[in-house]
Formats: sequence, structure tokens, C-alpha cells
Amino acid sequence: MARVTVSKKSCAVNPLKMSQPIGGALAFMGVSGCMPVLHGSQGCTSFGLVLFVRHFKEAIPLQTTAMNEVATILGGLDNIEQAILNIVKRAKPQVIGICSTGVTETKGDDVDGYLQLVRKRHPELVDIGIVYVSTPDFKDAFQDGFGKTVKKLIEAFVPEEIPSRRAPQRINVLAGCHLTPGDIDELRDIIEAFGLEPTFLPDLSGSLDGHIPDDFTPTTLGGVTKEDIAAMGSAARTIAFGEQMREAAEALQNRAGVPFDLFDRLTGLEPNDELISLLSRISGRPVPLRFRRQRGQLVDAMLDGHFHFGRKRVAIGAEPDLLFAISQWLTEMGAEVTAAVTTTHSPVLERIMTEEVLIGDLEDLEHRVVGCDLMITHSHGRQASERTGVPLYRMGLPMFDRIGAAHELSVGYRGTRDLIFKLGNLFIDRMHEPTPDTWREESAVNGGTPLASEADIALRSAH
Amino acid sequence: MASLSDKIQDVFNEPGCDKNKGKSEKERKKGCTKQLAPGAAAGGCAFDGAKIALQPITDVAHLVHGPIACEGNSWDNRGAKTSGSSLYRTGFTTDISENDVVFGGEKRLYRSIKEIIDKYDPPAVFVYQTCVPAMTGDDIEAVCKAAAAKFNKPVIPVISPGFVGPKNLGNKLAGEAILDHVIGTQEPEYTTPYDINIIGEYNLAGELWQVKPLLDELGIRILACISGDAKYHEVASSHRARAAMMVCSKAMINVTRKMEERYGIPFFEGSFYGIGDMSDSLREIARLLIERGAPAELMDRTDALITREEAKAWARIAPYRERLSGKRVLLITGGVKSWSVVAALQEAGLDIVGTSVKKSTKEDKERIKELMGQDAHMIDDMTPREMYKMLREARADIMLSGGRSQFIALKAKMPWLDINQERHHAYAGYEGMVELVHEIDKALYNPVWEQVRRPAPWEGKSWEERADEAIAAEAAALAADPVAAEAARRDKQVCSCNLVSVGAIEDAIRDGANDVAAIGKATAAGTGCGGCQERIAAMLEAASNASAVAAPQAA
Repeated sequence: MARVTVSKKSCAVNPLKMSQPIGGALAFMGVSGCMPVLHGSQGCTSFGLVLFVRHFKEAIPLQTTAMNEVATILGGLDNIEQAILNIVKRAKPQVIGICSTGVTETKGDDVDGYLQLVRKRHPELVDIGIVYVSTPDFKDAFQDGFGKTVKKLIEAFVPEEIPSRRAPQRINVLAGCHLTPGDIDELRDIIEAFGLEPTFLPDLSGSLDGHIPDDFTPTTLGGVTKEDIAAMGSAARTIAFGEQMREAAEALQNRAGVPFDLFDRLTGLEPNDELISLLSRISGRPVPLRFRRQRGQLVDAMLDGHFHFGRKRVAIGAEPDLLFAISQWLTEMGAEVTAAVTTTHSPVLERIMTEEVLIGDLEDLEHRVVGCDLMITHSHGRQASERTGVPLYRMGLPMFDRIGAAHELSVGYRGTRDLIFKLGNLFIDRMHEPTPDTWREESAVNGGTPLASEADIALRSAH
Repeated sequence: MASLSDKIQDVFNEPGCDKNKGKSEKERKKGCTKQLAPGAAAGGCAFDGAKIALQPITDVAHLVHGPIACEGNSWDNRGAKTSGSSLYRTGFTTDISENDVVFGGEKRLYRSIKEIIDKYDPPAVFVYQTCVPAMTGDDIEAVCKAAAAKFNKPVIPVISPGFVGPKNLGNKLAGEAILDHVIGTQEPEYTTPYDINIIGEYNLAGELWQVKPLLDELGIRILACISGDAKYHEVASSHRARAAMMVCSKAMINVTRKMEERYGIPFFEGSFYGIGDMSDSLREIARLLIERGAPAELMDRTDALITREEAKAWARIAPYRERLSGKRVLLITGGVKSWSVVAALQEAGLDIVGTSVKKSTKEDKERIKELMGQDAHMIDDMTPREMYKMLREARADIMLSGGRSQFIALKAKMPWLDINQERHHAYAGYEGMVELVHEIDKALYNPVWEQVRRPAPWEGKSWEERADEAIAAEAAALAADPVAAEAARRDKQVCSCNLVSVGAIEDAIRDGANDVAAIGKATAAGTGCGGCQERIAAMLEAASNASAVAAPQAA
């Protein structure tokens, strides 16, 4: 049970956090034929674009309303209107997803009002879904923007009515931003193995899984269509993955009466047992043989791995849902989460089995990583890892200095099993060979293991 | 204190820029920033540009005053290398909250500067203004002044919020910041007749280090590189250099010219890309230094070094020439390097089938024409769709471009090479040229292409066959339907800034517009970056030759 604290510093150093609007944009990227737009100056989009390109190694659809100084002061109606018209002309999208930024929120642009006007002026846009989400940069974080956008997509496309009939085999899956396209593919396989038909919202596995499309499109390459989203109201049930999806699941329940189950994590034995039981119950089918085997493999991996995980000290910097999933699993493997840094508030934080969860930055994590066996965070942890000598395992977004970020797997029996192997091997690599002097008194006096002395390197030595 | 708008006007009024000199007073006032089209724009903002220009200064803290987006989404994402401190890679931001937006962020900024100085003690702190605090009215110049006085340390305000314009305006505003607050504030420990500044070089992928050994050998000292691998002290004392080389003409022309004006440092514009350009640059450096009093024998030593290095480079490139000769390159680059890269590629025997000149000045374009011949196929503002089609039609064997367009090439299963900021290979100097040729060869001849182009066993046709069929079908459909063909012809875009089509311009001509300005007035074509004005002029000429533009066929 953790104490959640907020960093008292004025200056964030080596940010862990990324901004809300690009979290929103990522959610829009899981919608088919969509063009996400940031309502702000062109740099807001450019930075997000570069970030996603470097992470996914894919062309990324992301546009801007290109607000200049004057438009910012006078209001962005013209820019929103022009952006929509230009995008429709150039990209022929099904959906245009607009996220606000710090610039336009400081001015207080009434984008909902603008959109009503644009709709009135341009009746030809009637078939194009236009969804607006308020995501000021100076509030909340990436994960929040993602969650708000999923909720907005439901409100925009799911009719507000209780359907007379529900399709018993159809399942809605709300997938938080801690899940990779690879995770989503794995979940789809699992759910379909029970004869169920899942609709993922958003579905990054169709759009950002790095496939070769048949033709070039300037919008998203795949994902869930707005018609699929509309049909979510008549599904039998919703399964939400990640606490960040709670509000979206509730919105769907309120609008169309779809009951939901929320899984706050899917890494580890217990949550996957629950998921498989739930799917078996919903579908009325026995658990397929392959999951029985996968479960056995995971249990065996846990037995093989626990030697290496036991009492290991791990520092984690991640957004709340990913932090929760990984830290709970590590705790179950016998490791100790000795430092946890995150980006924004969430109800899951205080349930993490560590002393303190700090809403802070990677400088905070770097100070806390001293003496740890491993740090887990996104690619920006590389500098801290170099300075402290503590090995880095990359998780989360951005992962710009590795290939295959979209296919990193950490859910399901299989994903958990492989994660045990990857981290376990890192621990094995760092095992210290004994020398004749290892157990001599002097060695202890001189500062113990080589790791500890490396870890003592102060921050300042970096420059 | 000059206001930001005065600064921008000042930057726009650049006597060192030929393009600017050719403008009328009124045009000049409008500036060289093209109006960005909402929903059709790409590229960084002025803040991005300012940070790019100054962040390579390695030993200072770069503090971004704004919400998390400005630094959190972008820090440590460029490949400028350092030989010393790595403090420049540390991301500092005030990460302002709603409270700061409402009540002002000046106190947070001040405390942030204090925290940085307490913890990291850098020789200076650079503070970058961003849109939100610029809107709420945070006076970062005042905060920097107060902090500098209190902590007895240079605290430099860089006033270039994103919404004032694009990246290249930010480059220049960053230049203004160091002209106002840094250059000339310290003295070098000693000077020599061989001291030069290199301006506009960012040491991406360590490119400066491909050139520096040659300068070292000649006894030429880089007093300051602005800003690649620079230390604060070097930039602050750079006013004592004898001569300067301007590498990236658009980015820092104001710094170079004003240093000539204020400190009498003569400069030339040169490039380290390509064997010929590299040699020219070395000779120019020697010439300017000799003019400023260095012994004349420097030129002899320079010539000897050039002869030796060129021979060595040619000998290393020779084995590739045969393999690369006649291969077609599609070059899409951020402009500044267009012409120098073209020369370099031609040296390796490659044909250039097109180049994007989006960010190039008119002069750059002229140079490309000169190098590639009058029929050079220049691709201004090619859309990703067009790029993709061009590659699909296999008119190019390899595409060279910046990181963001790479996936279009890769999805078309075409070899691709990164030549922009995020690249990992260094292509400067003689060494770099050999490296570039080596990399092109490696990409072109990788056996993977054959593998990935093979159709899946359940698909009878290869990807190329299907693409060809699709393109042929498209062409056949248009040939069979003259109305659609005419519509497609008229729909072709001429002005990318304002999305004006052939048809709209033809209509304007028919309605009486008889010069480029009149067409601009009627359709807004050519009033953005001006890159399409030549095409519009050609259309006008064609129309007047035909004596009248035929009325479009009724659809």
C-alpha cells in the first residue's frame, strides 16, 4: 500500500511525462480512416509526430490547425474550419479527431461551438465523424488524454438507447494505452478462441502494427470503424483493460446499458486466470487446450524464474496503468519495487506494493535507482542507466532506440511467460562471479559489490 | 528592449539574403514566413527551430518554460554529439500547470533557474519561451535578468514561442538571442591568426569531427562552432575569430552577417558535403585567413592536403562507381543541403530524378538546376501520395530523405537512406562522402529487397505487377473518359501552400488575370512560399501563346 506523493520541484528534469493531446491522438490512431488533428501551433503536432514515428517506425497521420499568433488571440474558428476542409479534400477521412492543446485552451476556444457552426456551413460533411476532445497540455498526462478520447469516441458514435436485442457473441474491448498493438493481437486471439467476436476500441493492432498496406492512405491504415463503434451499444458485454478505461466503460454502460468488467492488469498468473474464466463463462465454452498448456508453461516459468527475481530491487518509471501492472507482477515474482515514479494521479497508485509512488520525473527516478538491480522505464531512461550503471529494461512509450516496440508483449499467459524470461535473463547477466576476495572483510569496507560502487556515481559526473 | 515583433521584422530584413534584397519594401515587411495551411502543414514551430539551433551547446542547461508538451514530447531526440559535457541532453522544463496559467509562471521559472544552478551549476542557463506563457504574459526577459543578477550567472532568454512562425524563423530568433546576450561577453584565453568560427553546423552524428582533423592538421583552430559541440565560453568569445564559415545558410545568416558588421569577421558560405564542396570550403577558409593576416603558405599546405585527401577519397569511391552508376536517386531533403548533396551524389555516378526544394531558397533551386541541367525534375512539396506513386512506378532505385518520409519508401519496398537530423551516419567531409556512397551501396544491394518483393505463396502476382496494373487501370479509365481526364488534369495542384489547382488558375486566366500577382489576388496561388510562381508564369505564357484558354469542357 503506497503513499502517493507529488514532486515539490519547480523544474522538471528529464521528463517521464508526455502531454495529454498526443495521448488523445494515439487513441484516434486506432480508429479506421481517421485523421487526428491537434488544435494548436504546428510545433505541437510536429513534436508528437516525430515521437510516434520514432516509436512505431511507421508513417503517422497527424495534422495541425497551424495556429499562428494572431489566430491564437482572435480564436481558432477559421483554422478549425480550414483544417477540416483541407483534410477532407486531401485525405478523404471517415473520422477527424481533434484534440485541443495548451495554446488554444489558454485562449479558451469553444471548439464544440465552432464545430456546430462548421457543420451548419458545410452540410456536405454530414458523413464525416468529427470528434473533439479537450486536452490542455498543462493538465494531466498522456494516459488521461487517451482515456478521455476513448470516452469521447463512445459518446460521439454509440447511440444513446438500450438496444432491444444484444448479440450474445459480441464483446467490446476497451484497450488502454499501456497495451501495445502486439498485446491487442494476443487478446484478440484469446477472445476469439472462445468463439466470441471482439470489437477493440481503439484498435491499434490494425493501424500501428507495422504491416504492409495494399495502398497508401494518408489517414490511419486500419483500426476500428465508426460503424463498429456505433454497434458496440448492442454487444453483450464490455471488457475494459486498464483503470484509464473505466470512464469510457461507464459511458458505454450509461448510454447503451452494456455491462462491463474491468481488468486493471493482465500481466501475471492471477489476472489471466480471471480473464480466461470470464471468457469461458460468457461464451459457455470450456477453456481450449492451448490455454491449459500456456498456463502450465507460465507456472513453470514462474518456478524457473523465481530464483532470479527473489529480492531483486527494481525501480520503475511509467504511467499509472503500466506501472501498476508491472509492479504487481514483479512483487508476485518475489522482487521488490523499491522506487516507483509516475506521471499522473490514478486510483491504482495506492494499491502498488511499495512505500511511495511519486508523481515526478526521471531525475527523481535516477536518484532512487541507486543500489537497484534493474530499472524499467521508456527509452529516456537510457541516460540514467548509463550514469548509474543500473541496467535498463525499456517499457512504455516512447521506445525510440529499439525496433519492434509495437510487438512487445506483456499480457496473457504467454506474454507474462516471455517477460519472465527477458527480465530473468537480464538478472542472470548481472550475476556477480565470486572471486577469492569476495567474502574478505576489506571488500565490504571498500564499498561492497562492484554494482554498488558504480551506482554511487553522482549525477554531476555526467558533465 | 526590442519587442518580439520588432525582432521578427529585423530578422526578416536580412541584407545578407539575396531573396530578401530582391523584394519590395512591402513584401519585405510581410516577411519570408509563409502562411501555414491548417490541415495541410507539416514541420516544426519557431520554438523547435530555436532549440535546434542552440541545444548543441553542450555545457549549458536548456530550460523550456511551458507546458509538458514542448519539452516532454521532444527532449533528447536529436543526434548532435558532444566531446565533453552531456548536460545539453538533460531535459529541463517548468512543466507549467493550470495554476501557472491562471496566476502566471514567473515565480516557477525563477525557482526553476535556481534549482538548476544549485544542482548542476552550468556556465549558463538558456531559457526558452513557449506559446502558453507568451500568451499569459510571463516576462521571461525580466525573470532572466533578475536571476542572472541574483545568481551571478548568465541566464539567456530565447524568445521564440512556437506560434510566431516555422522552424527557420526560430533558428534566426535563437541567433538573435546569442547575438544580444552571449557573443562578445567573454574573451578567449589566447588568439591565433588561424581562428575561425563555423556557423550553422550542429555536429549531427559527429559530422564536425569528420572535418576537424583536417583543420587541426592545417593548424586552423575552430574558435567556436555555433553551435555543434560548442561550449558556452567558446560562443561567448567567438567575436575574436579572424574569419567565419556559414554552413547552413538559412539558419544563421543573421548571426554571421551581424558578426561581420559588429566585429569585422568576414565570412563565406560553404558546405562540407561532397568532395568538391569540401575542397572549396577548405580553400575559402585559407583564403579568408590569409586576407586577415595569416601567412600565405597556409594556402600551399591547404592545396597539398586537398590533393592528398581528394585522391584518397576518389580511390575509395572508385570501387563503388561502377555499381552505382546509372542508379536513380529520389532526393527529398530539408533543403539547405539539397544542392550540396546533389553534387556529392553525382560524384558517385548516381542520377538524381528529383529533389524536394520545399525549404530551399530560390538561389538553392538555381544551383540545383545548374548542377543537374535545365530539365531537372524538381519536386516541390510532393505529397506522400505522389512520392509513393513515384516510387511504385519504380522511377527511382533509392530514396534519400528525412526520417518522417522513410516509411513511404519502405512500404513501397524501396531502398531508403536517412540524410536528415535523426540520421545515425555522418556524411561530412571526404570521409563522409565515402561513408554516404558506402551506405547507398549497402542499401541498394541488400538481398532483403528481393525477398520482401516476392509475393505471398497464395498471391499469384508480385507487388510490382499489382501496382503496375492498378496504375495502368487508372490511366486507361482516364483515357476512356475525357471528362474525367480533364477533371483530373484540372485538379492537379499547383500551389501547395494554398491548395490551388490547375483548373482554378486557368479559370482566373480566362477571367482576365494576366500576371502572377493578379492570379495571386484571384486565387491566392503563389502567395504562400512563392515556390510555384514560376509554374504560374509558365501557365500564363502558354495561355497567351494559345491566345486564349479554351473553356473547360462542360461536365
